[in-house]
Amino acid sequence: MAAQAAERNGIEVEGLVREFKNGPRAVDGIDLRVAPGEIYGFLGPNGAGKSTTVLMLTTLLPPTAGTARVAGFDIVSEGPRVRSAIGAALQEAALDPILTGSEHMRLQTALHGIPKREREDRGAELLERVGLSQAADRRVGGYSGGMKRRLDLALALAHRPRILFLDEPTTGLDIQSRTALWEEVARLAAEDGVTVFLTTQYLEEADSLANRVGIIDHGHIVAEGTPAELKAEIGRPTVEATPRDPGDHERLLSVLGRFGEQAGASPKAAAVRLQGGEADLAEVVRALDSEGIAIERLQLHAPSLDDVFLNKTGRSLEGAEEDEAEREEETAEAVGLG
Amino acid sequence: MSASLRIQVGELARRSVMRTMRQPAQIVPALIFPLFLLAVNSGGLQDATNLPGFPTDSYLTFALAVPFMQGALFSVMNAGTDLATSIETGFLNRLALTPLRGAALLSGLLAGTIVLGLLQGVTYLVVGLVAGAELAAGFGGALVIVALSVTITVAFGTIGLFAALRTGSGEAVQSLFPVFFVFLFISSMALPLDLIQTQWFHDVAAANPVSYLLQAFRSLLIEGWEIDDILLGFAIALTIGILGMMAAASALRTRLVRT
Repeated sequence: MAAQAAERNGIEVEGLVREFKNGPRAVDGIDLRVAPGEIYGFLGPNGAGKSTTVLMLTTLLPPTAGTARVAGFDIVSEGPRVRSAIGAALQEAALDPILTGSEHMRLQTALHGIPKREREDRGAELLERVGLSQAADRRVGGYSGGMKRRLDLALALAHRPRILFLDEPTTGLDIQSRTALWEEVARLAAEDGVTVFLTTQYLEEADSLANRVGIIDHGHIVAEGTPAELKAEIGRPTVEATPRDPGDHERLLSVLGRFGEQAGASPKAAAVRLQGGEADLAEVVRALDSEGIAIERLQLHAPSLDDVFLNKTGRSLEGAEEDEAEREEETAEAVGLG
Repeated sequence: MSASLRIQVGELARRSVMRTMRQPAQIVPALIFPLFLLAVNSGGLQDATNLPGFPTDSYLTFALAVPFMQGALFSVMNAGTDLATSIETGFLNRLALTPLRGAALLSGLLAGTIVLGLLQGVTYLVVGLVAGAELAAGFGGALVIVALSVTITVAFGTIGLFAALRTGSGEAVQSLFPVFFVFLFISSMALPLDLIQTQWFHDVAAANPVSYLLQAFRSLLIEGWEIDDILLGFAIALTIGILGMMAAASALRTRLVRT
């Protein structure tokens, strides 16, 4: 029975690759499994391969190699069946600014073959669920970013999909809109049993929403597990110090090295995992002081998903954003997206 | 046509018509600009009717065929730009995630073009007649003129769809406008084919299908029911439409690489 449910509502990916002509290998042999009803957070910087993975899993982009089954159907040979089982809100809220919210719902429900007598009710129900009933008859061109994202979500749910793909659904939203969307996604998984594959570049989003997280970088999955498991891998807290004089970097590293093993740090900074935990912090400050190393910035990190990313890739997720910007541009050009 | 295909075509046609009607910027220039040129040309070139062999003594009647062609050129831009915008915003991907068929998408997208073609055809004809143009083929001829106008508009619209699907860029679609205008100018737009004296221009105009589309309108306006001219006009328009649709369907398959 459980195996059947996994087959029907899960995602299974093996060795998935997407290579673009004259472009980068955007996804480079990833394996992952998403259980039915699970919210899987796919975390990584821009250009890491998240959106390319979603395009492949939603059948909009054929893989170069590897296999994937979504809702029990092969993404290459059973594309129409996959599409009938999934809903997707892709990276940009793909809406027609000339149409109203209601007109979008009418079009979406009709194209999905929902019987005419049910279309209006289904559209109204979904618009109400995402809090857009009042704006249903307004043209989408006048919606705020948050409203567009909520409408995008409602449209993705029009045909009652078993699996929902959300590609960076909260990027660019204010915290209020973001929280509202999180609540709705969590409700969908908890109450309706919808499996959610969510890509994000926000650590907080993955941490608070996802049951399990996969971290992708340069097309590879570098870590996978529950947020708690991943953070436990890092274990001890990290102290990170940035010297006022960059010339003191080596000496700083040497002093910090007395307190634990070196950890990945932001550019110009040095970091170690404190062997003695947070209690070592006072000793670290005293040691730096006695060595006469002026510190511009000193931070104590409890393990976070960013530490996991740092640990696995040697870069912080925030720093990776800039490194990956060019790569993302290349990938977007190669796939023909905006 | 299956029920699901009918629903898909109907809903996309509805969207296309709503988009056209809600964007006055698509309609107004397509109505005003050709009529403005008609007024300028018919006022300035009336003396051309004194040329021996000119088919009518009203240059307005002769020139009234041109706005139908210019209006059709606008349909290339409108249909193409609309689709290119859908590609650029990702709306096409949204549609691709539904069980939508390619044939439904292309047919539905042309619905707005049909409405625009109808509006243009009726407007140009009514304004032309009110301004004093003749209509030798009578009321029946007026209906055929409107039908031909819609057919040409849709045919040209398929070229806009092809360009949008091939390039995915609204700017690229709009860059076609001058190219099409050149086609219009090197036709029998200003003079009947047999009165064009410059040999190279005559040869190019004689090879240009636009000359025969113009002649189909002129035969109804000036001569009455010249069946050969009318059928040739419809045949050329349908050929352009079929070829355009086939090219657009092929470009759609390339654009939508969904498995």
